[in-house]
Amino acid sequence: MSIAVSAHDVTVIYEDFKALDGVSIAVEKGQSYGLVGESGSGKSTLLRAIAGLAPVASGTLEVNGRKLEPRRRDKAFYRDVQMVFQDPYGSLHPRQTIDRLLQEPLAIHGISDAEARIARALDEVGLGTGFRFRYSHQLSGGQRQRVAIARALIVEPSILLLDEPTSALDASVQAEVLNLLEQIQRDRGLTFLMVSHDLGVVTHMCDQLAVMRSGQVVERLSAADLVAGRITADYTRNLMIASKGFVRTEA
Amino acid sequence: MSPLLTVEDLRVSFPTRTGLVEAVRGVTFSLGRERLGIVGESGSGKSQTGRAIMGLTPPHAKITAKTLNFDGIDLLKASPAKRRDLRGDRVAMILQDPKYSLNPVMTIGRQIVETLRTHRKISSSEAKERALAMLEAVQIRDAGRVFDLHPHEVSGGMGQRAMIAMMLIAEPELLIADEPTSALDVTVQLDVLAILDRLVAERGMGLIFVSHDLRLVSSFCDRVIVMYAGRIVEEIAAADLRNARHPYTQGLLSCMPEIGQDRHPLPVLDRKPEWAL
Repeated sequence: MSIAVSAHDVTVIYEDFKALDGVSIAVEKGQSYGLVGESGSGKSTLLRAIAGLAPVASGTLEVNGRKLEPRRRDKAFYRDVQMVFQDPYGSLHPRQTIDRLLQEPLAIHGISDAEARIARALDEVGLGTGFRFRYSHQLSGGQRQRVAIARALIVEPSILLLDEPTSALDASVQAEVLNLLEQIQRDRGLTFLMVSHDLGVVTHMCDQLAVMRSGQVVERLSAADLVAGRITADYTRNLMIASKGFVRTEA
Repeated sequence: MSPLLTVEDLRVSFPTRTGLVEAVRGVTFSLGRERLGIVGESGSGKSQTGRAIMGLTPPHAKITAKTLNFDGIDLLKASPAKRRDLRGDRVAMILQDPKYSLNPVMTIGRQIVETLRTHRKISSSEAKERALAMLEAVQIRDAGRVFDLHPHEVSGGMGQRAMIAMMLIAEPELLIADEPTSALDVTVQLDVLAILDRLVAERGMGLIFVSHDLRLVSSFCDRVIVMYAGRIVEEIAAADLRNARHPYTQGLLSCMPEIGQDRHPLPVLDRKPEWAL
């Protein structure tokens, strides 16, 4: 299997704060790779570093075998790698219709037949063309996240960076969006790199995962290992226990 | 024993340009000195129920109820001054995110002391002593240092503990916790819940725990009320949750991805219009 995304010894420094401290991961083509950890662990920073949104101080990033420069990304990169952000309330332009939102990436990349593509993209995320001329404030959180996914998919990327794509959504809506993402991955053979604080979501979606803490990878393991409890790091074990819910200690 | 809180046919509605929006539509329950969970998705009216009891509904909203009674006091007829006396003293509320609900320009210690001195006639030195003791009770090590910090200087978990300390310092009889741990990391979440659990048990408070997380609530509370579209669709003992009868409750339980369960695709909620009737 070839490697779609790899990070080797990547360090990200904001002023005097080390957000990422020598992180290495390798994601195979067509795989779903999960990054788990609590806030401040650097899981989102790694995603942003790949997308060119974080100041990489050292280390190498590669996408589909091509080495990336620390800050600059060319258009071809963005055609290949797209990102879905956590908060669908913040990531869609409030004064643009869905149609206008979806035209933007097509215009940037000079892709023709916008008409057909927009209709297809909306169809694919289960919204239908009825939503095309609405504004994002007329949609629910789940519908907005579907629009954000449609916007990412419309330029036909091969890699999707998902930054907590469902944590702002209700549990039942989360299930719908997760199912949609799985469906898309099957249909298009996409590579997912997914950040989440929810171990349940990550083990559901991903084959491989990395547990992060204070800018470092604590443990890399497969979802099957995690489920079977083949865990080496104490921190991962704590996360496991915590995700099972509250347990009254005495009485 | 008469219940601490009786709510009968509570309705909260908001006039909007497009007509009256009913957020809560006839909620009835009573609460003793126990832990009651209110669960529902966004827009189900769970938070507005808590806020109506606390008296924090926006002034333009309309509240009606057959009964809204806290320990013999009719909350709907009580004067604003009376409600202010109750708030923070006998009824307290913990909000979701300490980043937004603590005063950013006051030290944590001063905020706690302010709460206490609003309701109790005590000297400032005694108030400070009690605030420090309370900070220790919520397991803040080095309480003396945290006392002098501003909210932005502490972590989310620490801020939430400070808020719990502030809410419990006047020893309320009823505590409403509105998503008290949703803004926290999972590992910190459990610490905060353990503290809350211990204090509620020790002081014999009534607790209303409002949350969207059915599983968390069921592991923490004695009894769970499930709300949908402003109404209670099911009331069930937390231990019996697995045998929930309403399809909405069952749907909420089964749509969460769980570690060790291989279900692809996940079951999704098939919302029936008659649930909202």
